[in-house]
Amino acid sequence: MVDDGALVRARQLVKRFGEFAAVRGIDVDVRRGEAFGFLGPNGAGKSSTMRMVGCVSPRSDGELTVLGMDPQRDGPAIRARLGVVPQQDNLDTELTVRQNLHVYGRFFGLSKAHVRAKATELLDFAQLGERADDEVEPLSGGMKRRLTIARSLINDPELLLLDEPTTGLDPQARHLLWDRLFRLKQSGVTLIITTHYMDEAEQLCDRLVVMDGGRIVAEGSPAELIGRYSTREVLELRFPPDAAAPEVALEGLADRLEVLPDRLLLYAADGEAVLAAAHARGVQPLSSLVRRSTLEDVFLRLTGRTLVD
Amino acid sequence: MTTATATSTGRVVGPVRAALLVVEAMWTWYRRNWRATVVSSIVQPVLFLLALGFGFGSQVQPTEATGGLAYVVYLAPALLVATSVQIASFESTYPILSAFKWQQTYFAIAASPITPAQILGGQLTWLAIRLAGSGAAYLLVAAVLGALTGPGVVLTLLVAVLTGMAFAAPVAAYSATLESEGQQFSAIFRFIVMPMTLFAGAFFPVEQLPAWLRPIAWFTPVWHGTELGRDAAFGTLSWWPALGHLTFLVVLFLLGARLAARNFRRRLSS
Repeated sequence: MVDDGALVRARQLVKRFGEFAAVRGIDVDVRRGEAFGFLGPNGAGKSSTMRMVGCVSPRSDGELTVLGMDPQRDGPAIRARLGVVPQQDNLDTELTVRQNLHVYGRFFGLSKAHVRAKATELLDFAQLGERADDEVEPLSGGMKRRLTIARSLINDPELLLLDEPTTGLDPQARHLLWDRLFRLKQSGVTLIITTHYMDEAEQLCDRLVVMDGGRIVAEGSPAELIGRYSTREVLELRFPPDAAAPEVALEGLADRLEVLPDRLLLYAADGEAVLAAAHARGVQPLSSLVRRSTLEDVFLRLTGRTLVD
Repeated sequence: MTTATATSTGRVVGPVRAALLVVEAMWTWYRRNWRATVVSSIVQPVLFLLALGFGFGSQVQPTEATGGLAYVVYLAPALLVATSVQIASFESTYPILSAFKWQQTYFAIAASPITPAQILGGQLTWLAIRLAGSGAAYLLVAAVLGALTGPGVVLTLLVAVLTGMAFAAPVAAYSATLESEGQQFSAIFRFIVMPMTLFAGAFFPVEQLPAWLRPIAWFTPVWHGTELGRDAAFGTLSWWPALGHLTFLVVLFLLGARLAARNFRRRLSS
């Protein structure tokens, strides 16, 4: 097949489990060298999509090619060239850090010598050199995650699938991981990332699709999506719990108003100006904050719901 | 660090090689953790041989039922078979459930070029090697203790491995379907493995059972294994019974393995 630059191509891709449709006809093109994101809340169909791309879950309907091949027919050949970081670490916790890499690399038909050399390189990359010969069990969550990523790179994959790579990690561990993923991208590895963290998608993804209820509801770069579905700035206002609803007083001040359980969001190009106008109308919030729009706002706009509670 | 990867270094290996790579992974684990298995695999059958074979056996007259042999000699090959089934039952329950549910290591392998059927092939091959190794160690001790009659026990070892596999394959198929914490396994150990060990001909001939119980024993792998294993050890094999026992064990294994392959595939690629 001709390599048109699309590592993954899906058309009307569907995944059903019995009566339930987890993925309801999505079109996706992932190009070589980019970092592509699937953004959406739990249950949006991100992981089901990832499993189909990873050739461990047959599609129910539609078309799918990965690396120019059909997962149903060429699953093993495709998997040989993929790296997979699952949502939940599935390391062998009773082996050492290094052994996990050795054992896994062998599944890809790599020689012992090759795997040994590659493991040393990856331990360095994942900053696990000092723990190389320790058992995995007692390692921190961040270390296990880095080891899972290192393991996924043992075969020099052309395409790396990361299913919620930083869920459950503390901020420091997340930033370290983002840095490593960014380096991978720089070195030319194509990344597909699912996440329900907006900041993660903004940090890592060149292009992303927003999924909700098994469908794609928007597609573009983070900046494009924000430009299309949100305003430049957002004014957040908090009021005392028992205060009368101030929405009426705020009418017409902003492009759009969202009422969340704990705060009001006013979408406008200039947040400070809206705040000044609100004050002029006698609105007295407990606190106010002007910030840039994020993908969170895009998601709220598209689905009427917040992404993470 | 890795520079732009034009092509991955990964490739697909053949099915036999794939299964052997899974065995290699199991071996890597075993090399670190074998100590924990020595008691149940080797010490325990040796204790049984000492207590029941030598101790209790000293009170048993050689009769027609024991083939005219001392009880410890009568018991030794059967104990090999029964222990093999015990180890097999353990190895085909918790470790398999864990690899699906707790550690999820099977899912890690399934993301590589290795297929679910090859994972199962590797797992079962590894178990056969494990059973052969433990059995050989037990035989060595039994030989030193003078409980063996001759080189026929080497055949018994093969029978013991086959018997263990015949039981392990269907149990593995079942384990692959579980989503629980494995409470069902205690039922398997208590209501299948233990009664089978005690009453299916290892310690005394099933002819001593009430007539209505005997047919149940005939449907256990332990009965077929101990009958065949004893005949092999004592050089009393005859064609038709041997063929019957062998057929039962092989068919049970093949049915179990087929079912397990289906269940592995369902769980790992759904």
